[in-house]
Amino acid sequence: MAPIIEVRQLSKEYRLGHAVNRTTTARELMMSAITAPFKRGKQAKKEAPAFFWALKDINFDVEAGQIVGIIGANGAGKSTLLKILSRITDPTEGSVTLRGRMASLLEVGTGFHPELTGRENIFLNGAVLGMRNAEIKEKFDEIVAFAEIEKFLDTPVKHYSSGMSVRLGFAVAAHLQPEILIVDEVLAVGDMSFQKKCIGKMSEVSKSGRTVLFVSHNMAAVENLCERGIMLKNGTLVFDGDVKSAVANYLANSNRAGEGEGHEVDLSQAPTRKSQFTSIIQKVELFTDDGEPAPRAIQVGARFTLRIHLKLPHEVPTFTCGVGFNSMFGQRVLTLNTSYDPNLNYDPVSGETVLVCDIPSLPLVPGEYFIFLFIDFGHDRKDAIPESFMLSVLEGDYYGTGKNPFSGVFVVPHHWNLEPVAEPSPEGVLG
Amino acid sequence: MQSNYELIIGPRKGWQPLDFREVFLQRELLGFLVWRDIKIRYRQTLLGGAWALIQPLMAMFVFTFFLHRLAGVKGDPQVPYAVFAFAGLSAWTFFANSLSQSSNSLLASQQMVKKVYFPRIFIPLGTVGAMLLDLFLSLGLLAILMLYYHVHVTTHALLLPVFILGTLLSAAGLGMTLSALNVSFRDVKYVVPFVIQMGIFVTPVIYPLRIVPQKYTLLMGLNPMAGMVIGFRYALLGSPASWRVMGVSLVTSVVLFVSGLYIFRRMERRFADVI
Repeated sequence: MAPIIEVRQLSKEYRLGHAVNRTTTARELMMSAITAPFKRGKQAKKEAPAFFWALKDINFDVEAGQIVGIIGANGAGKSTLLKILSRITDPTEGSVTLRGRMASLLEVGTGFHPELTGRENIFLNGAVLGMRNAEIKEKFDEIVAFAEIEKFLDTPVKHYSSGMSVRLGFAVAAHLQPEILIVDEVLAVGDMSFQKKCIGKMSEVSKSGRTVLFVSHNMAAVENLCERGIMLKNGTLVFDGDVKSAVANYLANSNRAGEGEGHEVDLSQAPTRKSQFTSIIQKVELFTDDGEPAPRAIQVGARFTLRIHLKLPHEVPTFTCGVGFNSMFGQRVLTLNTSYDPNLNYDPVSGETVLVCDIPSLPLVPGEYFIFLFIDFGHDRKDAIPESFMLSVLEGDYYGTGKNPFSGVFVVPHHWNLEPVAEPSPEGVLG
Repeated sequence: MQSNYELIIGPRKGWQPLDFREVFLQRELLGFLVWRDIKIRYRQTLLGGAWALIQPLMAMFVFTFFLHRLAGVKGDPQVPYAVFAFAGLSAWTFFANSLSQSSNSLLASQQMVKKVYFPRIFIPLGTVGAMLLDLFLSLGLLAILMLYYHVHVTTHALLLPVFILGTLLSAAGLGMTLSALNVSFRDVKYVVPFVIQMGIFVTPVIYPLRIVPQKYTLLMGLNPMAGMVIGFRYALLGSPASWRVMGVSLVTSVVLFVSGLYIFRRMERRFADVI
């Protein structure tokens, strides 16, 4: 049987500076048409648009029923690949052959209209995703139950909390019945319990024999759901094979965060900052024992001091700042939080402030960790940078045995004793 | 599990016709988009759907008072000027609103354009389709006006669908072209209101064709709405027909629609990259 997806020499070229294009007006176009003949070589060359290949010569096949994870750093071309596969944009060269009905889910709730009710949006969103009216009607109750919005069915979506609309969006999408499903990062939304539900639904979909292409940064989810991994780097396919090797390859190559090796991490322009936030967290400095600068690497069990530089936009009476340590698999292993320290007292602060967090002995086993930083004013999140930088916890003789601790997540001081069992007395056990 | 379905995605070059099969398969979505537009158009307005009537009605009052009473412009002899003007304004208002809404439709739906595939042509077509409701509402009001002024409907009315179709084709054709151009050239946003403003004067909406010198009438036909407005009045009020103008306008409408389809198809492949 022919493969269900066939990708051949697929390439996509983008013109740099679409931001400029965005404001192209007919006048500029006419002006350039008039002035172009008068421009001589040098100037014309300078203005020649720059092109770059977002994807270059990608080839792969997917057999029906396969679950393929597509991984790669930001800008590797994953989104471009998904956009071409889902027909949102045309390739510049090459072709894709799809031998089955395809649905793509690059965003949850595409086409939701805030003025329409939940009920109305289910129908609209379903139709946008390619479901037929009869199909939506048939699945309607299931969708509502999955999204847990029974009570708000006839409320306009603009009054929904963001969690509710995400749930509704995913619920509609999860009930699509395509032969090929293309999913982008949608699991990265919603609260933990809902994420679990989504992952459950995804693996259910995959077990039903459908073909799934899944893009994610969450390596644990990729490893869990997929059997095969395709890794992209700078627009080319660099690995295609079983998912374990693909993930290992990715982790080895990963330099998502913390490029450069200094002990200072400039976060004023952090690319991973969530887009809705402005930069409050400016910079982090890392130190280890004796105030020695730690260039993003620290030995297991050593002292770890973070100096977090903040720039507060106004006077803030109460705030909460936190540091999360995420494993390479996206699992939170440790959270440090100002609210966990009963002795932290401060007057209302404003302007530039440095917050110092001191861990006398870092209890994480050697490995790589992504550091998540956030700050809340009162109960409102004001800045959050997932993967602000990568911290390497280096091997070390934590237990003083000459061996490296290697297993588990934590190292903690602990002791072992052999307790001799008392000899039974001749009078008997009860004696 | 695997169907016989096969789709090849590759670079598209040159002029391509509309994929009618795909449009047919997804026709329900067009219906949903029309329904959505109708549902949200007058949400959170005090007067709701009445706005569909207030616009041509107010225009009718203004033109009847200033143009007819004060400036002495005459309509057609067999009907009062108010009815004459309202018939023209019903068609014109539909055309003008369709044009201004549809030319902006792709930009308004850019989130959808960037995130999901469906026949893009549905977006401008959906907006124009949704405006039809307004047209029918104002035709209903026209019927009431005609009753009030004792204007009788004749068998000419059987031709009304032809003129509605012509109006629809030209509005949709221009809507497709302008919405596609608007993606790359935001000039459209400035051009459209201006064209609409001028349009009411170069179209015989508030004056009869007979005051236009004979030698210009064919030229007027190139304005698709000229023939359609004359046609609306011919069909509804029994006004004199001008078959030459109506014929030229109908041809223009069809040309606008077909060229709109091709221009849209040609430009749509860059929408997601440029919008």
